[in-house]
Amino acid sequence: MKKLFSRRNFLKGGLATTAAAAVLKNKETKASGDFEGYPDGMGVLVDLTRCVGCRSCEAACNKEQELPEPAKPFTDFSIFDEMHHGQKRRTDETAYTVVNRYDVPELDHPLFRKFQCNHCQEPACLTSCFVNAYTKTPEGAVIYNSKVCVGCRTCMIACPFYVPTFKYSSAFSPKIMKCVFCYDTRLKEGKAPACVEACPQEALTFGKRVDCIDMGRQRIRETPGKYVDHIYGEHEVGGTAWMYLSSVPFDKVGFDTHVPKEPIINSVKDFLAMVPMVLTIWPGLFVGFHLLATRKEKMMEMEKEKELAKQKATDEKEEQV
Amino acid sequence: MKLFSKERPDIPIVNHLKADGTEWTVKEKLWLGLSVSEYKKQFFRNPVNWLMIAIFAVGVPLIVGRYIFGLGWVTHASNDYPWGLFLGFGLFGMVPLSASGFMLGTTVELFGRKDFHAIERLALLNGLLGYFFAVLFLEVDLGMPWRLPYPMFVSLGPAAVLFLVAWHVATYLSVQIAEVLPAFFEWIGWLKGKRIIRKYVLGLTVAGIILSTLHQGALGALFTYAPAKVHPLWLSVNFQWIHFFCSSIFAGLSMVIIASTLIKNFMGWRCDDEFKDNLDYITIGLAKGASYAMITYLIIKIVAVAHDQEWSYLLTGWGSYYMLELGVAVVLPMFMFAIGIRNKWVTLIRFGAFIAAFGIIWNRLNTALICYNWQMYQEIPHWKEVWITITIYSLYFLTYRFIVYRLPIVYGWKGEK
Repeated sequence: MKKLFSRRNFLKGGLATTAAAAVLKNKETKASGDFEGYPDGMGVLVDLTRCVGCRSCEAACNKEQELPEPAKPFTDFSIFDEMHHGQKRRTDETAYTVVNRYDVPELDHPLFRKFQCNHCQEPACLTSCFVNAYTKTPEGAVIYNSKVCVGCRTCMIACPFYVPTFKYSSAFSPKIMKCVFCYDTRLKEGKAPACVEACPQEALTFGKRVDCIDMGRQRIRETPGKYVDHIYGEHEVGGTAWMYLSSVPFDKVGFDTHVPKEPIINSVKDFLAMVPMVLTIWPGLFVGFHLLATRKEKMMEMEKEKELAKQKATDEKEEQV
Repeated sequence: MKLFSKERPDIPIVNHLKADGTEWTVKEKLWLGLSVSEYKKQFFRNPVNWLMIAIFAVGVPLIVGRYIFGLGWVTHASNDYPWGLFLGFGLFGMVPLSASGFMLGTTVELFGRKDFHAIERLALLNGLLGYFFAVLFLEVDLGMPWRLPYPMFVSLGPAAVLFLVAWHVATYLSVQIAEVLPAFFEWIGWLKGKRIIRKYVLGLTVAGIILSTLHQGALGALFTYAPAKVHPLWLSVNFQWIHFFCSSIFAGLSMVIIASTLIKNFMGWRCDDEFKDNLDYITIGLAKGASYAMITYLIIKIVAVAHDQEWSYLLTGWGSYYMLELGVAVVLPMFMFAIGIRNKWVTLIRFGAFIAAFGIIWNRLNTALICYNWQMYQEIPHWKEVWITITIYSLYFLTYRFIVYRLPIVYGWKGEK
């Protein structure tokens, strides 16, 4: 049924319907099953209890990705007190990862949280992009192609973690900038990203995503009371490649615990499912309305014609007589 | 122009022939039958034009600067608020106000309501210009504006809602151009073109409804990508597209009431008797249509709150703001329409239309900007951003006026049929 519909309209040559047919086709593959990420995708487990806020990861990322030198050196810890719009530091076009400090009342020491792209299993940036600029690689990275990007910034709207950032400072070659899991320089060759390698505390553990989950569960099980019983990122927005362990509830260390448990695209599917319905039902419905609305006129016209014909016939009869 | 049209019998031009029997050239039609010095005189006498000049004097350098120094130069360059005023107002606000095209096209061509014929062309023009300028706003906001055709021809991401938006705007824009072309063909005197379009008018109208439904809805659906960001009262994942579509109906109708009111008051010389005599009747009719859409909208808004179990939010500060929005932007104009329709008080209806149109822009700004990131902080647009927005809107106003002055939009072209 669906196929018939799309082919018919294709022949008609309607541009809009062609586009919709493309959507329809894609919907079919999407609906065939939810994507759970590549089985051999890599991941990183971040253990907040081990992080001391040394910012080595920030420095390593800066060097690896050839980002501009920051205003303050990476050994300057006063940046932990910086606030922007009442918010802690965030990633931008000059930093793909930042570490923030959180003072939790029930602990006698602060906690630090590293923050970068979480490389979702079913990324919202990817599904919201209308030029296919994003790719989820089999290695687990979510990478971006600046050659086709239009700069609409829908990915920034869609990302539940506020990760993609835009190079607002450039008029001629702006692009989206975010952590790419060191895909080109390291991950492709099976190596750990620069930040993981630089961590002196082994707060970051690189491995297959499934193994990261196992390891996280093991740590929770083996040291009772140390961790809250949750791996952030195992199920959040359908699962992410980067996952976190924490000793305090996640909302106390800057995590958004309100993000949906299923991929962001699921909340858009209602609308996408409605599109082919409108495309098929509306034409018939409204042409029907048109016929009904103009029926009276047509009937009146026909009546007139009939009367005219009758008149003509009687006139002719009279003439014959 | 009022003065000239009073003094000179051949102005306003409504015919190919001058009073002395010779034909107007297209150039003369462009100058409204005035000499260049006369045209200048009437242009500079109008205080609105001086205001426009003042806006452009600052706005044009700002726009040029945006393309040289980047978006960061004119906006607050926020990674938390990627969509600012350009899209919040220009795209999300202007597009529903342009729903008039398909509304009146449907009423007249599809339902055969010939009594609304006098306003059909104004509604179509309003729709075309609104969409066109929404694209213009988008061109200011896009990071790489020169890549606008990419989603069509270069790299396709058909599963994205924005893909639908892009395709529907592009195709609907062409449908609307086709719908407005007959007026242009009459004006330049190419009747064949008009007859060709006449043949396809039913098809174009049906295409208009389909594309508009999906497109207005898709704009709402764009926010379903941010279920954790927009305040729950302004975002209903299941109903968002219906909310946007349904509110665009009364937004579009209100906008035609506004446009026709302004034209009747400030461009009386350009309107013909059919337009002037029928306008009050038409306005009441439009208000009736708008009222039905408003009550529907109000009900589905309440259904959405009930469906998402958001009653408790109504008791918060944001809840009060939400009810203020619904009260001022929907309930108030709805009652003004109702009283106006009942007592045939057209002025009250016109005031109601102003409030309703303002209310739609308010709602779209709330969704896209004010209640977006409600748990983080509030973004206040940069003054340059505000000024550029006003500049482009002024350009929209000038284009609108330029066309209504000339083409047979609010008057019928005399001469050949």
